[in-house]
Amino acid sequence: MTDLDTTGQPSTDVVHLDEGHHIGTGGLPARFEDPGLPTHIHRMADDSPDAGRRAERQVVALFGLSMLATLVFIVAYFAIDKSVGIFLPGIGSTNALNVVLGVTMGISLFGIGAGAVHWAKTLMPDTEVVEERHPQASDAATRSAAVGIILGGGEQAQLGRRPMIKYALGGALGLFALPFVVQVAGSLGNPTKALAGLRSNLWDIAPGVSPIRLMRDPEMTPIKASDVTIGSVFHVMPETLKDSQHVLEDKGKAAVILMRLDPNQFSAAAGGQRAQAWGYQGIIAYSKICTHVGCPVGLYEQQTHHLLCPCHQSTYDATNNMEVIFGPAKRALPQLKITVDDAGYLVAPEGFHEPVGPSFWER
Amino acid sequence: MNALAARRRHPAAIAILLLLGLVAVGGAYSLLAPKQAQASVVSAGDINTGKSLFLANCATCHGMNAQGSAAGPTLVGVGAASVDFQVGTGRMPLAAPNVQAQRQDTSQFTQEQIANMAAWVASLAPGPAIPGAQYTSGQNADVAQGGEIFRINCAQCHNYAGSGGALSRGKYAPSLTGSSGKTIYEAMLTGPQSMPVFSDSNISAQNKNNIIAYLKTTQTEQQVGGMTLGNLGPVSEGMFIWIFGLGLMLGCAFWLGQKAA
Repeated sequence: MTDLDTTGQPSTDVVHLDEGHHIGTGGLPARFEDPGLPTHIHRMADDSPDAGRRAERQVVALFGLSMLATLVFIVAYFAIDKSVGIFLPGIGSTNALNVVLGVTMGISLFGIGAGAVHWAKTLMPDTEVVEERHPQASDAATRSAAVGIILGGGEQAQLGRRPMIKYALGGALGLFALPFVVQVAGSLGNPTKALAGLRSNLWDIAPGVSPIRLMRDPEMTPIKASDVTIGSVFHVMPETLKDSQHVLEDKGKAAVILMRLDPNQFSAAAGGQRAQAWGYQGIIAYSKICTHVGCPVGLYEQQTHHLLCPCHQSTYDATNNMEVIFGPAKRALPQLKITVDDAGYLVAPEGFHEPVGPSFWER
Repeated sequence: MNALAARRRHPAAIAILLLLGLVAVGGAYSLLAPKQAQASVVSAGDINTGKSLFLANCATCHGMNAQGSAAGPTLVGVGAASVDFQVGTGRMPLAAPNVQAQRQDTSQFTQEQIANMAAWVASLAPGPAIPGAQYTSGQNADVAQGGEIFRINCAQCHNYAGSGGALSRGKYAPSLTGSSGKTIYEAMLTGPQSMPVFSDSNISAQNKNNIIAYLKTTQTEQQVGGMTLGNLGPVSEGMFIWIFGLGLMLGCAFWLGQKAA
């Protein structure tokens, strides 16, 4: 308080909390004076030659450490075979070359930085210096000369006399922006084609074509209904995947998960009954693509019959037509109608009745 | 140097003292902790001994004839593989009612006792048998094929490197680190707890062996990227860099801001 008191007399009035509002001057001065720089305190290396030499040695040692580490890096790069392993406690079996290169490069970089900082802190001048600002604008004569040069240049280039050149140049530059716009807009894809792609997948078949067999992923072997024991889960791809031109894209849309429940375990609700009717003796097949943002739904709890999505924990109820019982998904997983062919293998006689995958516009 | 400065401790003294204390306590525990005896004799299994062991240890929950009760499921038809898995990994007898039986370091029974109980349970009704060594060793296997099958069928719950993961309501898929080939095979065969069944008609015996080989490889192979941090992905990696990376940077920032003496 005494620092701020311009009268030179420290305020000794004690204001108690129970006195209510106390009207006072606050002891503030009319104007704050520039306190100036604090007194400069010398460092040890400024005053003692011994301390200076010690600081010098420390800086040289840090730079020297960096040099040493760099040399080890270069030697190790050629000397250590890249397949050599090394056991490090806490890490386990790891690659010797990667460890040595990483550690030495870290030390060499840190040595340079730490040396420079230590040098600046101990030996470089640290006295406070004041540099006054100066006006940044040039004087009037220089500024009018600069305007003259620009206007004169335009005059000599005959911009005013031959305006067609001006317009043609503007047109050329303006038109040149279009290739960038076309590329960006084009990379978004053809909206009609993209929508058609979202609505179709490999399970769609034309009427009269023989049903598609369900195949194990990744073995691509057909699945007999008797192979699917109760409590089993199969990850399924359509047989037609082997003829696909765009395997990854088709896999991403056609992935199916198949499981077998005891027929008594299905819900008595309409959904559970439909699920059973579209399945085969308790075997049910659903799209594996989450209806939230399209992650593969694969975490099946055999005892609760809950199917979980690993990304955002959307949970589907396998006993009730994969209705969502938890999480951000809004729709049930689409069911694939299945039956068996003459040889006893599971087949899908028709495609999904609704688009698979995350909800999109204009469904 | 005055008297105060002479008696002042180095700022790192407390951290070093704490570290020394932790190392001392941990070392003493690992030396003095009780150790379990290991039994490794396997026999064909005597049904009568198995039944008496079952009555003494399992019947309270699973019923006198393994028919099940309100406290535990029926064991008729689960097969010898299921008994060997549940008892051999220490999950059964259940230590306490919980959302899920936990793997223990050691089983409460010898291999011979487990074989006896497995023989009795298998005699009740046909079920999956304990797999032989041919397809549980991970030998003569295609590791790459095993990895592909593991990533499609298992990785969604057990993590790409078999580190385990969470399920709903406190249930979890356990880590597969340190599990024997036989245990992994039996788990696929029987589908314990939340896990679905992957019978030999789904994933063939040879492909199960490939999966075992893949898991053994991921656990023993050279870690090119250095510390795996449990192979848990961005969570453990982010935590590591927040604590140690940011800690190091903060230390440097404090040093930069400090005036030289």
